[in-house]
Amino acid sequence: MISFLNALPGAISQGLVWGIMSIGVYITYKLLDIADLTVDGSFCTGGAVGVMLIVNGYNIWLSLLAAIAVGMLAGLTTGLLHTACGIPAILSGILTQLGLWSVNLAIMGMKANQSLNVNKYSLLVSLRYLQDVNKGTRPFWQHPIFVVGVFTLLIVGILYWFFGTELGSSLRATGSNPNMARAQGINTNYNKVLGLMLSNGLVALSGALLAQYQSFADINMGRGAIVIGLAAVIIGEVVFGKLFRNFGLKLLAVSIGSIIYYVVIQAVVSLSGINSNYLKLLSAIIVALFLAVPYWKGCVYKPAKQGGERNA
Amino acid sequence: MLEIKNIRKTFNPGTVNQKTALDGVSLTLNDGDFVTVIGGNGAGKSTLLNAVSGAWLVDEGSIFIDGVDVTRLPEHKRAKFIGRVFQDPMMGTAATMQIEENLALAMRRGKRRTLKSGITASEREKYRELLKILDLGLEDRLTVKVALLSGGQRQALTLLMATLQKPRLLLLDEHTAALDPKTAAKVLDTTERIVTRDKLTTLMITHNMRDAIAHGNRLIMMYEGRIAIDVSGEEKKRLTVEDLLQMFEKASGQELASDRMLLG
Repeated sequence: MISFLNALPGAISQGLVWGIMSIGVYITYKLLDIADLTVDGSFCTGGAVGVMLIVNGYNIWLSLLAAIAVGMLAGLTTGLLHTACGIPAILSGILTQLGLWSVNLAIMGMKANQSLNVNKYSLLVSLRYLQDVNKGTRPFWQHPIFVVGVFTLLIVGILYWFFGTELGSSLRATGSNPNMARAQGINTNYNKVLGLMLSNGLVALSGALLAQYQSFADINMGRGAIVIGLAAVIIGEVVFGKLFRNFGLKLLAVSIGSIIYYVVIQAVVSLSGINSNYLKLLSAIIVALFLAVPYWKGCVYKPAKQGGERNA
Repeated sequence: MLEIKNIRKTFNPGTVNQKTALDGVSLTLNDGDFVTVIGGNGAGKSTLLNAVSGAWLVDEGSIFIDGVDVTRLPEHKRAKFIGRVFQDPMMGTAATMQIEENLALAMRRGKRRTLKSGITASEREKYRELLKILDLGLEDRLTVKVALLSGGQRQALTLLMATLQKPRLLLLDEHTAALDPKTAAKVLDTTERIVTRDKLTTLMITHNMRDAIAHGNRLIMMYEGRIAIDVSGEEKKRLTVEDLLQMFEKASGQELASDRMLLG
């Protein structure tokens, strides 16, 4: 129990970092109705670009901007494979993801991982800083929960604004009903590409932040990212679906869903002592269950309730 | 206004499912024409409308709207000229978005979508007023998701959306066919009112011969991918269902077999 409580701030920090990626997944999965598998690759791309730029002496903010830009490029690739080449969205994502494996290795100088010396560079987020804040050697605002929390709020704010604009609304319409969107003069292909770019930019940013947090980028760091993202989206929806109607709050729910996911995983690891190699299997089972439950609910016969919903 | 010149479209060419859906159709609509289109299943009615709206490109021929050659324009670019209501009530609206959001999207048809606010306060007032025309009580439910509306309400909303930016051409693809008779009559009545009010050039497909006769100033009947009958003016006003049946027999050399078209 003690070990779990000690690990809690770390789990929350990690959840917040992955929450940014999950918001990216929300954009494609929920708004565009595309399960975009690019993220498994672009997450690592973000981490790799971020670490390599810092190691080579570039500004930390520049490294994040570069990660976002390269992530958007990955999204652009998937988008063009899908819209300009007519390849189904899932397959487009898989192709980009596969190609990114080589790209990511190349970015990291043909090495499977690149480490980042916390003592040598001044980072934005780091597990070390979390420990330092606890010891009192660093001010609280360098705590990863605080830093990534601010990032998350900023991102949610920007996305809330964007999806309320004419362009953002047309993107939502594209995902909701492409037929209607085209009939209203919306270029659905353009919007899909734009959404994929936006999403993968966030995913790569998240990857860059995680690489800083854990002080290394690894070729496998994005493996299963899409599943974690979906888990966060679904947990957020299940827990806050009834409560949060506002779009901004829905995005926030995704981030909190990601935190819940990591806290639960941490609890399982600390309390049951399970070999952490089984975590991916556990994640896959949990997400499969969450995705299946709404379907099963629909299969069960339910007698109509008396009265029914007003205004229906 | 609308000028269709000898268009052809064959689906699945070179396969056993090959089907010539449009076999050289030419049609010219004048400004303000309200043309009803009838014909049996597979006659090419919907294909004709889809050819004009740009769901796919025609194999041959050309299409002009307002003198602009739109033959090669993609669907979303033609939308600048065209308002559409589909047969399927699910198709014309974004179900996961609010009524006012749907209207705001339609308000910007044919315009560049910028980073300006997707809907403004003054727009909302305007939508409230416009929704009153439909007489469905939707004016008090602006922020309700369209998913909660009935098929009839959705079709009425789609009709309003299609005409919010006055279209150069209104395409109605059996937009009342999926509705119950009472609702269908109401939507058709609203259609007639809006078309008359805005003097819209309209192509309306219907399965119902009586509706086709009662509405519009011109009637065309399609048969096997061609226009078999074209009646307008005084002749159209005097037209009866029996006349139509006779004309069809003469034009096609066979009796009309579709009960749905007769009674629908």
